[in-house]
Amino acid sequence: MATILAVDDSASMRQMVSFTLKGAGYDVIEAVDGVDALNKAKGSSPDAVLTDVNMPNMDGITLITELRKLPNYKHTPMLMLTTESSGDMKGKGKSAGATGWLVKPFNPDKLLATIKKVVA
Amino acid sequence: MSIDMTQFHGVFFEESFEGLEIMETELLELDFNDPGEEEINKIFRAAHSIKGGSGSFGFNEITDFTHVLETLLDEVRAGKHQLTKEEVNLLLTSVDCLRDMLSAARDKTEMDEEHIQSVQNELEKALGNKPFAKEENIDSNDSEDEKSSGSGWQIKFIPHHSIFQTGNDPLRMFRELEEFAEITTEINIDKLPPFNEYDLEECYLSWDLTLTTDVDEDHVREVFEWVEDECDLTIAQIESEQTNETKESELIKETEAATERRESRDRRKTDRRSGASTESSSIRVNTDKIDALINMVGELVITQSMLGQFGEEFDINNIDKLNEGLKQLERNTRELQENVMQIRMLPISFSFNRFPRLVHDLSSKLNKKIELKLSGESTELDKTVMEKIGDPLVHLVRNSLDHGIEMPADRIAAGKPETGTIHLNAYHEGGNIVIDIEDDGAGLNKERILSKAIERGIVKEGETLSDQQINALIFHAGFSTAEVVSNVSGRGVGMDVVKRNIHDLGGAVEVKSEEGKGSVFTIRLPLTLAILDGQLIRVGSQTYIVPLISIIESLQMKSESTKSIAGDAEVYSLREDYIPILRLHSVFNINCDSTKLDDGLLVVVEAEGQKVGLFVDDLLAQQQVVIKSLETNYKKVEGVSGATILGDGTVAMILDVTSLISLYREEAEFNKSSFINTEAA
Amino acid sequence: MNPEVREESVIGLEAGEDTNQFLTFMLAGEEYGVDILRVQEIKGWESSTEIPNTPGYIQGVMNLRGTIVPIVDLRSRFELEQVEYSNTTVVIVLKTISSGDEKTIGFVVDAVSDVYNVTDEQLKPSPDFGSAVSTEFVRGLATVDEKMLILLDIDHLMDADIDINQSEMTH
Repeated sequence: MATILAVDDSASMRQMVSFTLKGAGYDVIEAVDGVDALNKAKGSSPDAVLTDVNMPNMDGITLITELRKLPNYKHTPMLMLTTESSGDMKGKGKSAGATGWLVKPFNPDKLLATIKKVVA
Repeated sequence: MSIDMTQFHGVFFEESFEGLEIMETELLELDFNDPGEEEINKIFRAAHSIKGGSGSFGFNEITDFTHVLETLLDEVRAGKHQLTKEEVNLLLTSVDCLRDMLSAARDKTEMDEEHIQSVQNELEKALGNKPFAKEENIDSNDSEDEKSSGSGWQIKFIPHHSIFQTGNDPLRMFRELEEFAEITTEINIDKLPPFNEYDLEECYLSWDLTLTTDVDEDHVREVFEWVEDECDLTIAQIESEQTNETKESELIKETEAATERRESRDRRKTDRRSGASTESSSIRVNTDKIDALINMVGELVITQSMLGQFGEEFDINNIDKLNEGLKQLERNTRELQENVMQIRMLPISFSFNRFPRLVHDLSSKLNKKIELKLSGESTELDKTVMEKIGDPLVHLVRNSLDHGIEMPADRIAAGKPETGTIHLNAYHEGGNIVIDIEDDGAGLNKERILSKAIERGIVKEGETLSDQQINALIFHAGFSTAEVVSNVSGRGVGMDVVKRNIHDLGGAVEVKSEEGKGSVFTIRLPLTLAILDGQLIRVGSQTYIVPLISIIESLQMKSESTKSIAGDAEVYSLREDYIPILRLHSVFNINCDSTKLDDGLLVVVEAEGQKVGLFVDDLLAQQQVVIKSLETNYKKVEGVSGATILGDGTVAMILDVTSLISLYREEAEFNKSSFINTEAA
Repeated sequence: MNPEVREESVIGLEAGEDTNQFLTFMLAGEEYGVDILRVQEIKGWESSTEIPNTPGYIQGVMNLRGTIVPIVDLRSRFELEQVEYSNTTVVIVLKTISSGDEKTIGFVVDAVSDVYNVTDEQLKPSPDFGSAVSTEFVRGLATVDEKMLILLDIDHLMDADIDINQSEMTH
């Protein structure tokens, strides 16, 4: 089954996302911030990346920028977790190479529906 | 798919409270004129996380409140808003507010709506917005849902060449459209370059799509939402003939749907369950520690089976093996015990963390300038001990703030720096944790304390007391020398309750003070509540345990050194001290081997600055004992702090030295008065 | 044990809500009963450790699988003649409720007797006939199989005990 790299500095969000995705049969790699995610990304090949934007050490947008530089992440779907009000965040994300976004707050169904869009 | 979200609530609450602490710490240290970028970011991220989590887990009031807070913080970090001192205080108040809201959500109790709304309004004002009641944002979307009147859409979709580089794929969008429409597509390959110029990572195709569906345009556009800037998209409606009936029934369906949405929203708002607070006590443990424990248990099992085997193939010649096995068992058990105890240990910083805020708020209130110093925050102690020492610590710090540190003008007049210092320090010493609370304030006024004590009848006129003893009087019940009992540190019930709470934990508190210079309160606590290092003693046929920590020395008495005072009181002359002798057999009304002091031993113990010698028949082993409560099934017994089960399965009492000393005094008073009576007769 | 009675007790348990089951024991020739739902276990007598400065009827405490349980000598409590413990002496461990707290306490009795069903009707209030046992501790009397059972209220037994403790501290 497909593997998702889930990045969020909030433990409760990571748990919820991980639980939901695993329950639907996905494998999940968890990371607590951009640096952690980049390290884990180099040693794996997930089918999609789901990342929060506001994180310490390296934020989500920088993470996406860095990931796109890696050879096997050129076309990997990467989704940002954004809040409705941050219009320019979506733009910045797209410029960095993000595929799309998932708006917070989201429920498990929305999460799965969105992931299904980008992973076979 | 329905997932039980409540399983994540615990972690969400924990991390949210931690986030609030970070916010508070950073806010307290913030220079509002020139806030550091990283500091503001930390505060912003904490609020942002709480907002995100509360939204996902359905705590909407918290989401709404935090949203306003987050917006303000966002403007500050973008340099668009200059913080004022009042606004920093408002932010601190917001943190308190959030704490209450989170607690209410966790414990399923009511939130103080009025207060929350008023703080929220203040935040709005700071943003330059007019305060308003919560908006029904969702309504606007409802009305737009009623736009489907055609039978389909004609779409021209021309993705930009670089569309693949964001991981997007037109095919996926078409699949999405298929979910609610019938599609016919016409592909356009005009832009395809010659084969040798073909870049596999570029998209040269475009499509004309015909959708047969009755969803509205927004729904269609949503599918292409992510790639809005990476394509040229035109959507045109395909007209159709719809009978009036179908239009009406559609309208009715939409209205019903909108009503449903509104009702579920209202239901959510009124859904407030009030119940008892469910404070589940839990502790975060490093998984390494757990793995280490599992290994140790594994070794224990191996040792056990080895011993079991020995039992089956008993051979007196193999006694060495048995001893070896038993030694190993001892090692395994000790290691396991040490490691399990370690799990309950947490750094005292958890307790110290509330003080910066407390000192900040209180010094403002009192118009004093006070600096707080913390050291030894990483010193570890048992979680339960830490929880219970919290209130006593707060009381002692408040006491220093209120009665210790002087007003700035007085300090200057006394040649001291205007800003007073309170220093909390924690460290390990001899199997205990020691916490010092030191201030450079006015110190204890011995004259006033002594006169109050005489006034209250605690001390008799003319009684001579050492400085130490005078200072210790402040811990006496009903004692307070504050002329006006301030509502900051409370009434005279304070200090004696502090002492009792510390005593109940098996600890002790004492104060050293120098008038004009300051005071130091020292709290000593055992590292754990469950286990005690004890000295077994025997009196007659009874075995008792004396806490090792209270024993100063044990000796055989020489009759020339024993003296008798006023009838029954006996003392032993030890170097320069006269140690009162406490005959355990007498206080406990039991038999002993011999009442002659020469025949027994004296165990000199100390508690709260007083020394006493326990007269016992014999000293037995020293060992660690597990403390068992007498009060669970019986009640508190004077002179005894608990019980334990010895190796042979029998019960032994653990002596409470402080209580014994009180008992001894009572008996001495009783004897003295009866002596006086008989003398007079 | 009377097999007929045992059968009866089993049936009785399923029968009325106005029926209570009592475990009875002998003490100085009299038969007393306690609510069987409060009986945790019955142990043969083993030694106990004295608690300093407690009334005489508090024998001491014993180790019940890691918990410290106080032992009360009922003969002493009821101010009856004391006897030597023998190998029929038993300790009945009961769950008592005093001031809202559950406390496990062991009572030393002469011997365990039987289990009886007693309906509310059969339970008669005890007259104040100045017996050894204060009426505070007695729930009532019942006549079953031509025997008179003195049914005890163990919670009150310990309540009164605590009061007495505070004033009767021996020196």
